[in-house]
Parts: sequence; C-alpha cells; structure tokens
Amino acid sequence: MSHMDLLIWARGTGLQLALGVFVAGMVLRFFEIYSLGRKPDLSTPRPGKAWAGWKTIVSRSFPHPSMAKRTYPTVVLGYIFHIGFFVALLFFAPHIRLFRETAGFGWPALPTPLVDAMALAAIIGLLMTLGYRLYHPVKRFLSNFDDYLAWTLTLLPLLTGYMAFHHLLLPYTLMLAVHILSVELLLVFLPFTKLVHVGTIFVSRWYNGDMLGHKGARL
Amino acid sequence: MHDEPTLAAHLRRQGISRRSFLKFCAATASLMGMSPSMAAEMAEKLGKVTRPSVIWLSFQECTGCTESLTRSHSPSLESLLFDFISLDYHHTLQAASGEAAEHAREAAMKANFGNYLVLVDGSIPLGEGGAYSTIAGRTNLDLLQETAKGAAAIISIGTCAAYGGIPYADPNPTGAVPVSAIIKDKPIINVPGCPPIPLAITGVVAHYLMFGGLPELDGLGRPKSIYGETIHDRCYRRPFYDQGKFAKTFDDEGARAGWCLFELGCKGPTTYNACATTKWNGGTSFPIESGHGCLGCSEPNFWDAGSFYKALSAPISPLGKAAAAAAAAGAAAGVAITFHNRSAKAKAKAAHQTVTVKDLEK
Repeated sequence: MSHMDLLIWARGTGLQLALGVFVAGMVLRFFEIYSLGRKPDLSTPRPGKAWAGWKTIVSRSFPHPSMAKRTYPTVVLGYIFHIGFFVALLFFAPHIRLFRETAGFGWPALPTPLVDAMALAAIIGLLMTLGYRLYHPVKRFLSNFDDYLAWTLTLLPLLTGYMAFHHLLLPYTLMLAVHILSVELLLVFLPFTKLVHVGTIFVSRWYNGDMLGHKGARL
Repeated sequence: MHDEPTLAAHLRRQGISRRSFLKFCAATASLMGMSPSMAAEMAEKLGKVTRPSVIWLSFQECTGCTESLTRSHSPSLESLLFDFISLDYHHTLQAASGEAAEHAREAAMKANFGNYLVLVDGSIPLGEGGAYSTIAGRTNLDLLQETAKGAAAIISIGTCAAYGGIPYADPNPTGAVPVSAIIKDKPIINVPGCPPIPLAITGVVAHYLMFGGLPELDGLGRPKSIYGETIHDRCYRRPFYDQGKFAKTFDDEGARAGWCLFELGCKGPTTYNACATTKWNGGTSFPIESGHGCLGCSEPNFWDAGSFYKALSAPISPLGKAAAAAAAAGAAAGVAITFHNRSAKAKAKAAHQTVTVKDLEK
C-alpha cells in the first residue's frame, strides 16, 4: 500500500467508518444518559434561582475563588490547551474547507502562522498537563487508563497535524494520511471515553446548576 | 542503425553542435541532482558511449508519453535522446509495420541480448487472458515477458506503466497492472507522470548511459533527484498558502491575484514531481502557473483520489448517508439500552428488601 493509497483510504472509507461510529456512539450515549431518568422533585423551587442552570454554564468556566490557588496549573494549562485546540481545529483554512464541503457553510480563516503558534501552544499545554498529572500525587492516584488514553488520542491529531504542516519526520503524503487517521481514531473513541464531554459538558453544567438552584444553593 | 561507433561521431554527422549538446548535458545534470561540474564530464562520457539498443513497448496507453517527448520543444534538446540511443522498436515512431516491425524487435533482442533497454508506456491488461490489448496477435503480457528477458533494465514511462494509471483506476475493467507487478527479476525505474516531464525521461536514460546503472530511487521506484520534492514545496504560490490567501473560484479576485489553489483542489502538497522547477513547454510554465491546480498525475492511483476540484482536506466520498445510517443505528441501540436499563432498574426495585427495626434487633 503506497502512501497515496493510505491517504485515499483515510479520506474515503476510513472517514465514513469513523464518522459512522462517532455519530452512532454519540446518539447512543445521549439516549443512555437521558433515559436514566430522574425522580420527580416535588419540593418547591427556591425563589430567584430560575437562571441558576444558565449561570452555572458560565460560572464553571472559572475556578471557584477558594480553589483558585490550588488548581491554577490545571486551569491555566487547560485553557491554553483548549483555546489552542479550538483555533487549530476551527480556524485553519484547510479545516474550514472540510466543514464547508461537508456541512455546506464555513467562516473566515485565521492567518496560518497564528494557527501554527496556537497549535504549538496546545501541544505544549497538553505535554505539561501530562507532566503535572504525573507530578501531582493526588492526580496521579486518581488517573486511570481512560485518562491516559484520552490524552494520547487528543495529542495525536495535534502532533501529526503540526508535523504534517512542517514536513517533519515522514513524507507529507504519509503524514497527512496519519494525521487524518489519528482524527478518525479520536472520532471512534470519543463517544466511549471521557472525551464525550465535547457534547455533554454544557448540558451537565446546566443540569447541575438547575438542580442546585432548585435547592437554593449559593452559586 | 549500428554503423556509428560512438555517440559523439553520430552527433557530428547529424550536425548537432557541441554547444547544444553541452546545454542538454547541463540541464540533465541539474535535473538528476548532479553538481554543475558533472555536465562537462557527462558530455565527455556520453560522447564516448556506443548507442545502446532500446525497445519501446506501448501497451494500454494514449501515446501522450511519446508526444510529451517528441513534441516538447522544437527543435528540442530532449529529442537528442533519439541520437543517444538506437530506437529499434516503437509503434508510433517506426517506419516499419506488421511483420517487419516485429522482426525489428526480435532482431534487436537477439543482437543485444542482456544489454538492451526496454522502455514501457501503458499498463498491461490481465483480464480475459489479456485480450483487451494485443499487438501482432499477442497479448501485452506475453510481449512484455518475452522482451524483458534480455533487458538490462526497464524504464516504466508514465503513470500507467509505473503504477497502472488511468486503466488501473477503479473499477479497472481490463484488469490492468503496472510493469512492476509482472517483472520481478529486472531493475525497473519508474518515471511517472501523465505524461512525465520530457527531461525526466531523457535524464533517466542519460543517467543510465553515463553510469551504467540506476539513479537513486525512492520507495515508489522513482529517481529521487526528480521526484524528491513536492510541487507544493517548490510552488511559486506557496507564500499565499502560508498566508492563508486562497482563490475560492477560478475567476475571483484571489485567482486573478495568483493566490494559492489549494481550496480549488490542487494536489501539489501530495505530489512529488519537478514540474514547478523544470516546467513544461521549454520552460514556459506548469499547470499551476496557468491557473489550474495540480492533478497529482505522477502519484499512484491519482485518478481515484477524489475529485480534482476538491481540496485535499475534504472527504473523497459523501458522508451524509453514512452519518444518517449511523444516527439511526445509534438511536436503535439507544432505545435497546434504555429498555435494558429500565428493566434492570425495575428488577432491582422489585428485589429490594426493606429492613425494619425488628430485623436489626434480631
């Protein structure tokens, strides 16, 4: 199989399969979560907390003041990684082309050198989160295979994309194929690991906030 | 055609000046990745060689490769190739036909057994016992196997001979295969392209004549000196790619300003060839310079690599149906899981035993 054959497979059959698993997996997970059901809460909602769910969606994006000092490496590295990842994913011209081709709409790209720098920041951020996870005794103790798998699956597309763009290590055709395959691997695993938070994070924040608001908790 | 002892003597007789010969050698040396000082040495060495016999086999092809070579530039330096070699068999160019033509091939094979070069353009059909393409009543497979036996080396000219090319494209109705799928015991040099750059063809032949061996080849059997870099890396529009300036249609402001054609489907990033540097039509331009993206014609399976007008980052096959089917499958599995979870919950509830104070006091 030549490099080109691999690329053709990755852009064709591979993508169809990966997207199929991803879509089926996400739909399955949503059914699973929503069908768990909740006991009806018969208590009277506390007054003035109608917006608690929406407020929590925003407020949980910032560390609680009492926790800020202890968690700031996690927060800072988390922000660096997430912003870098989103810029690389959503503002790199070839990626926007992919969205335009599949979804029928797109948006303007950012200059390539800026996207490049953000991708590098995301990679460094991810490497540092691993370092911090291994360094911090509590984090290390709490980490399991799922955490390291999720970290690897997230790093691979960033790293291979960066190396493809800069023509590092492998011939471009092969590296591009590996990059697309790494994204497909991420798509396949995403619904079944903690990476499913891509689709659930704001829903669960709203739910938590609304539930706490109902009970009258200070948010 | 074997009356001239050396190439130099032959060129003199043809009235080709030493100057144009040196120019050819300089261009070839540069394309083959040799140092400039090698040009003079090449001229001297090539001048001394005895013209080798070359048998050119044309199978499932369009004659574009021969056209590329013979019509490249007039009067072309590349056409000097025909002065370097004794072209003993070539359908399009030979005067003889019918039995006389086949006789020329057989005579050349007999006289130069073990030493002649075989140039092949076109793929070899294996379907229906090879009946899709026959020459003098014989299949291409038969002819290739017979001719290859006494060959010193085989040069696969064009993407069809090198990788199967267009006949090999899905669904490959003729069962076409490249030369390398059949001949395993001879050195094979691939010179892909649809067609290849004329100087790439002559460069490989000149290299063979000069050094008596193969140039350094990459994993796909191509000379590294010609196919070592991508079109994209050598493209004069590359700065626009880096700046994120892309033409969106073939007639917008970006296209007129000469911006990058990536979004219009240019395959330059994955195509290894020398078009961007050697150029075509006597160094006039190359496809991207004419405003059209690279098709990737020198890569294996370029015909199956999606639309020529779809960006490299876009999927090759439509995703809508796959996604819809997957969503339906996911929903069905979700409903099944819902029922399973509900029944597990109900069972747990039913099996729940209440504990009273009395039980605890026991």
